[in-house]
Amino acid sequence: MTTDTASDETRVDLDIDATTTIPQLTAGAPATLVAREVSAWFGNHQVLDNVDLTMAAGQVTALIGPSGCGKSTFLRILNRMHELVPGASLAGEILLDGQDIYDLDRRPIESRRRIGMVFQKANPFPTMSVHDNVLAGLRLTGRKTPGKNGAAELVERSLRSAGLWEEVKARLGTPGSSLSGGQQQRLCIARALAVRPDVLLMDEPCSALDPTSTRRVEETIRSIAGEVTVVIVTHNMQQAQRVSDNCAFFLAAEGQPGYIVEQGPTGELFENPRDERTSDYVNGRFG
Amino acid sequence: MSTLTEGPPAPVPVRDRRVIKSRPTTSDRTFVAAARSAAVSTLVIMGLIGVFLAIGAWPAIKQQGFSFVTESQWLPEAGTFGISSLLWGTILVGLFALIVAVPVSFGAALFISEYAPRSIKKALVTIVDLMAAVPAVIYAIWALFFLQERLLSVAQWLSVHLSGLLPFLSVEVPDSPSSYTSSAFIAGVAVGFVVMPTMTSVMREVFSQAPTGEREGAIALGATRWGMIRSVVIPFGRAGIIGGIMLGLGRALGETIVVFAIISPMFEFTTHPLESGTNTIAAHIAIRYSESSGVALSGLLGAGLILFLFTLVINTFAGVVVSRSRSGAATEI
Repeated sequence: MTTDTASDETRVDLDIDATTTIPQLTAGAPATLVAREVSAWFGNHQVLDNVDLTMAAGQVTALIGPSGCGKSTFLRILNRMHELVPGASLAGEILLDGQDIYDLDRRPIESRRRIGMVFQKANPFPTMSVHDNVLAGLRLTGRKTPGKNGAAELVERSLRSAGLWEEVKARLGTPGSSLSGGQQQRLCIARALAVRPDVLLMDEPCSALDPTSTRRVEETIRSIAGEVTVVIVTHNMQQAQRVSDNCAFFLAAEGQPGYIVEQGPTGELFENPRDERTSDYVNGRFG
Repeated sequence: MSTLTEGPPAPVPVRDRRVIKSRPTTSDRTFVAAARSAAVSTLVIMGLIGVFLAIGAWPAIKQQGFSFVTESQWLPEAGTFGISSLLWGTILVGLFALIVAVPVSFGAALFISEYAPRSIKKALVTIVDLMAAVPAVIYAIWALFFLQERLLSVAQWLSVHLSGLLPFLSVEVPDSPSSYTSSAFIAGVAVGFVVMPTMTSVMREVFSQAPTGEREGAIALGATRWGMIRSVVIPFGRAGIIGGIMLGLGRALGETIVVFAIISPMFEFTTHPLESGTNTIAAHIAIRYSESSGVALSGLLGAGLILFLFTLVINTFAGVVVSRSRSGAATEI
């Protein structure tokens, strides 16, 4: 398992780089995200119990498991989206490079700026152009867009990283809503990458996409891994195998909170699961 | 075993197309007929009102000709009367109503839909909706016995301090409070309170419909709540904002009893809206209706016709704006 020692050094380099030249697409400083003893509730209903998981820097971690086992809730806890649901609460801590993102001194917006998210359903800002959608994160967080040329370069680089550039370069001015579903999802990935997050969370990003678009998004995930830590929720076993380095299998009994049954390198989890339930699930015998 | 199609299909000869038609059931037909007649009847009633007004107004319009629109005095006995000063007063009152109501409604709607804690949100929605249902005469009493005298000092302050910069704010006797008592300004502000709940309600409704996906998208990018509102909620609700304002304006133009309570009727083009004395079409009809007959009554119907057309145009415009928008068309993104 990778540790989080390497990332601090890299971070310093890139921050200097960012202030002197056009910002790099991602910080290039993927951060390790550690969940410690995380439990979660909606009102009085507990949905997660005592989850420990280390999402290694620069790697892709897949969260798998049947519906209703708390994967998405866990993912939303990782960038403080969980608390937007009325009545939601949690216990435990989430450490981003060693610092608890739920620390009372830290604003949620600071954590969200470093931990981006792509949703199940593509949600580009429909009235903004493709170009403006990519830059929306910078504008929303009050950061300066890096001049006209810098902006153009950032847009191109973000869209290239998301595997969308060739398809949209001739129509950057058209509204985000005019793209196809798969393109919209990749636009959302580009939008998330443009703010140079350390971590990118993806909540079933391909569940509404056709096989071709799914392949493009998976290629994108593989190509950005290394620059950014990726955590992806997926229902698709093949997809978890194709894109992830590590895997965590969540399970919940009927009416009980979800927990992690087994976690480890993806290859081992799929070929040599130690728990019978994992074996049954990854081989498609339930779920 | 699967079958394969070999080669491109051969060109086919022209074929007879089948008739595709479904026969509705009796209950469907009955329901459609009932719904259709209800829908048509609203249009018919609307049209009949217009026709009734036009027929009633005809003698006056025939006698006055085009001067019915340009004449400012209302002296039916002398044979000169027109609606131009009334129309102008109506517009002035409507404008002041908007100046007061739009910012308050916008802020209240945003607060209720975006900021209010869940515990008081429902109560606020109910209160605003109840306020929209309060009869205008209640507002009129409140305006007459409470608001009017309290607005005098506001009007006086505006006149004394700003009339140098904005000459239209001046009045003839700035020191006397009675110069301000029954002005277009005070009437407009009072009408503003009447239309505020309606505007708030319409705006809040569209704000709350802004898609969760886009809201979360903005927040996940690190936006503040205000940033999210600016980039998602307001663009989404833009048509609702315009629609709400137009709907409010439509009501403000037709508001009768509140204006009636405040103003002292005057038939001039007042360019000093803080000065006492103005008139609106609706208030004028209410004041003169009982004492008019013959061509004077016909003239009132003519004034009503103009107001009818005016509000019709504004509401139609609002309807078009709203229905062309995302929020109005209720499109699922």
